[in-house]
Amino acid sequence: MFIPCGETFPDLSGFTLLMPAVSVGNVGQLAIDLIISTLDMCKIGYFYTDCLVPIVGNNPYATAKENAAELSTNAEVYSLPSKKLVVLQLRSIFIKYKSKSFCEKLLCWVENSGCARVIVLSSSHSYHRNDKQLSSTPFRYLLTPSIQKTVQNKIKSLNWQEMEKSPCIPEIEDSDLCVRVPGGGITKLLYDESCCKDIQMAVLLKFVSEGDNIPDALGLVEYLNEWLQIIKPH
Amino acid sequence: MAATFFGEVVRAPCRAGTEEEEEEEEGRRETPEDREVRLQLARKREVRLLRRQTKTCLEFSLLEKHPCSRFIIAIGSNAVAFLSSFVMNSGVWEEIGCAKLWNEWCRTADSTHLSPTEAFCVFYQLKAHHSVILCQCSCYVAEDQQYQWLEKVFGSRPRKNMQVTILTCRHVTDYKTSESTCSLPSPFLKALKTENFRDQTCCSLLEQPNIVHDLPAAVLSYCQVWNMSAVLYLCYTDVMKLDLITVEAFKPILSSRSFKGLVKNIPQSTEILKKLTTTNQIQSNIYT
Repeated sequence: MFIPCGETFPDLSGFTLLMPAVSVGNVGQLAIDLIISTLDMCKIGYFYTDCLVPIVGNNPYATAKENAAELSTNAEVYSLPSKKLVVLQLRSIFIKYKSKSFCEKLLCWVENSGCARVIVLSSSHSYHRNDKQLSSTPFRYLLTPSIQKTVQNKIKSLNWQEMEKSPCIPEIEDSDLCVRVPGGGITKLLYDESCCKDIQMAVLLKFVSEGDNIPDALGLVEYLNEWLQIIKPH
Repeated sequence: MAATFFGEVVRAPCRAGTEEEEEEEEGRRETPEDREVRLQLARKREVRLLRRQTKTCLEFSLLEKHPCSRFIIAIGSNAVAFLSSFVMNSGVWEEIGCAKLWNEWCRTADSTHLSPTEAFCVFYQLKAHHSVILCQCSCYVAEDQQYQWLEKVFGSRPRKNMQVTILTCRHVTDYKTSESTCSLPSPFLKALKTENFRDQTCCSLLEQPNIVHDLPAAVLSYCQVWNMSAVLYLCYTDVMKLDLITVEAFKPILSSRSFKGLVKNIPQSTEILKKLTTTNQIQSNIYT
């Protein structure tokens, strides 16, 4: 559940929620770290749950000795009211069998808080690409039906590539096609649940391999910025 | 997937944790019998708080039943030995509860009775001042049990007028630093504190990118989220089993406000500690 830092709950109506999926290369999380530190976002609360492995450490975005001693936990919420942005950062993995419960709790919070839309930053195993995907851009997007109505034209104008469907059961040739995000953590679960609940959600992901994934995170944030124009491109 | 030098293709480990597809597949393959086994295992792994004297379960959370202003938790054998020698020795403490849990590392028998050898997580209250509670926890509380442990101990309503102190150890190889590890003065203390902890810490703060896991992290997270005053003292050591030098590394915290009035006779405590560590060494000799 969301617990605010202060006494009152902040008003998040109409805000865009950015969040990572804990996925291959931790690309989504690195991208969210980049967004929080670049925009100097303010911590507004915690997403306290029994679904994530507990971890604590000192402020990862410290810029001076004064703010280096602020404690950080495994799931924190930051905001930038001037751009109607709210960001959830996840810093640890899910406890076994708890990922579905987390999705339910998260989407419940999204609905109750009045957030206008959710954008999930994620990644997928690059070794799962088919021949066509190998020769195209490594970035993909997914839109739930309810967000398609509002952003489809903008996305079309960006010439982005939608995540291709693949056989639900890869071993069977004429198996039904469905959205699969191998290595994407809870990306598919969040996407499917959002489709069912009519939540406006977009997924932006990159095909990556494990390694130094900082450049992948930079690329993913630039991809996001093409759409949201959070900061002016150079 | 990744290829090894020998040309075999293996599944590469993923930093993001368990593959979600494995969990989905497990869910699809799960028969009613599998589900029943999983639920039974979940029930077996439940954390319960007992009163050993009456062999009954505590109805409320420990701190709801025994409110206090100072709650000191020792996690791990060295931290437990420190509290036993320096704090418990200096007053009369009564046992007010015991946490019973089962996991792969801590296999207590499945009953409401806990034998002395199974009492891995015990809570004590100072008889003279009910305002201080100690927890001696020498068992491993697994990830899926930590939240339950917090609920059973702290309850649903956080107590703002309480200061929590957590003592634990980590192996020095877990400490990330740009300095050479040879120059590290092991054992050494580091601290993490919540926003509401206003006192001075007895050592320097734990620098990024170091993080803390397990029960100490769960307790500190709880305190931070609920605006409670809490401090974690973490001893990095190269000896994780009971060790005199490691235990003595906690000594600087005796002068802190958390321990005010609790420590009376340090030389006697040191003697008790020496006996404790010597006994442990003899027991670990395979020839005796």
